[in-house]
Amino acid sequence: MSPISRGFHGRRRDEADPARVPPGQYVTDDFPVLSAGPTPHHPIDWWSFTIQGAVDEPVSWTWDELRALPSETVTVDIHCVTKWSKLDTTWTGVSLDTLLDGIDTTAEYVTAFSDGGYTTNLPLDDVRDGKAWVAYEYEGEPLEPEHGGPARLLVPHLYFWKSAKWVRGLELRQDDEPGFWETYGYHNYGDPWKEQRYQGD
Amino acid sequence: MDALDGNAIAGLLVEVFGDERTTSRGTCGSCGASGPVAELAVYVRAPGTVVRCRACESVLMVFVEVHGVTCVDLRGLAALE
Amino acid sequence: MERAALPRRLTWQLAKVVELRDETPRVRSIVLESPHWPGHRPGQHVDVRLTAEDGYQAQRSYSLASAPEDDHQLLTVERLEDGEVSPYLTDELRPGDELELRGPIGGYFVWEESMGGPLLLVAGGSGVVPFRAMLRHRVAAAWDYVPVRLLYSSRSLDDVIYREELEQLDVEVVLTLTRRRPAAWMGYRRRVDETMLRDVAWPPEEEPLVYVCGPTPFVELAAGTLVTLGHDPARIKTERFGPTGGR
Repeated sequence: MSPISRGFHGRRRDEADPARVPPGQYVTDDFPVLSAGPTPHHPIDWWSFTIQGAVDEPVSWTWDELRALPSETVTVDIHCVTKWSKLDTTWTGVSLDTLLDGIDTTAEYVTAFSDGGYTTNLPLDDVRDGKAWVAYEYEGEPLEPEHGGPARLLVPHLYFWKSAKWVRGLELRQDDEPGFWETYGYHNYGDPWKEQRYQGD
Repeated sequence: MDALDGNAIAGLLVEVFGDERTTSRGTCGSCGASGPVAELAVYVRAPGTVVRCRACESVLMVFVEVHGVTCVDLRGLAALE
Repeated sequence: MERAALPRRLTWQLAKVVELRDETPRVRSIVLESPHWPGHRPGQHVDVRLTAEDGYQAQRSYSLASAPEDDHQLLTVERLEDGEVSPYLTDELRPGDELELRGPIGGYFVWEESMGGPLLLVAGGSGVVPFRAMLRHRVAAAWDYVPVRLLYSSRSLDDVIYREELEQLDVEVVLTLTRRRPAAWMGYRRRVDETMLRDVAWPPEEEPLVYVCGPTPFVELAAGTLVTLGHDPARIKTERFGPTGGR
């Protein structure tokens, strides 16, 4: 192991109730920006969110249509696989239950897809029953592009790479297809409480 | 988030390839653009390091550290020197 | 000092902090003694790794500001407000401390006498750091007949790193001060743009070797503009820094 750098502490860590901090995580007050590619910038009137794949017909919402749907404001803890956790973050968006309402499917999995080509995969059950949102506000303000705006997926019970930034839709699938980080070695499911960071964990 | 360039991963490339690689010529498997690795777009603030083609933004290389082992995916490259 | 062959594999080594030097209110230089330093090429960098007591590690890259002919290695670090590593290096580190680093690294953004000139160096903020190595080497190796021009964009005169040294070197330095300037300032007072580059750079027919270093938006603007002015992209080398001033 490397020698210790006298006086170095890394980022200021916050004290927190250990019951809220998954194994291997530290709590921060910052909101680090992590990105695998350039921040997309498209005119909002080009934006749409589509549910497609194992459905009779794809269903789409424009930005205005999404904003007209019933929304929720939720306060959740988020956990990044790079070890930082941020507690009590507040988001506003549309529940996936609202978006999936009335859509019949035999699909068991979803692949969330984003502007810029990013994808991530989840079991369909993990985006239902109050577990996921398409979020467009963070702390009461419009979601900034570097944090995934205009809208991102929010799935706080899994590592935050599953909360796809710049989300544009869900592909419902019978089979599970690993997304971007899952393909490059990250865990297929990603439960922070079981510390499922990498394949095989 | 502004990308850096291949200079930022010069050390990582020596770890992985065993020698200096920023002057190596990389060819994009998607659009065919080619140039020194030092000039590629590099994203280091992520769960892994992602190297993209400047011309078409396709992913060329991905480095992920899994339990202390650096895993490398070069499938996006058509050629590396 | 004997120039040894560069090691094939990079190993981490401990360098001793010999001296600290405040360059500007935000920038500090660190004089280092590395026991097994193999020599380096101007423009190369080192990776610096810090380890906390709980094992947490952070790593950043910093250009070597020293020439290969200098007795010690020099790193110059700009403190970023909410940085993780830079405030430690600029505020906490003391002479006698050890710093874990590996290097020298890099084969692209280097200049040596054999490459010739004329040389155009374009620096944004702390992007000037690798150019100090190149400029000192040019003098130490007695290749100062290679014409050099440095275009250096800085927020203010107080933020110009190595200001006295640059005045003493026999090099054309063109400063542009983008935020504040002294009352009697007669120099450029805006961000680098096409008109400025056209006036400062050698004409493309002279085929200068160009190095551009600094934050990403600065580098892209300057390099892109030089290409628009007719410079051969193959003779322009770029190095982008992250917001920390290192990488």
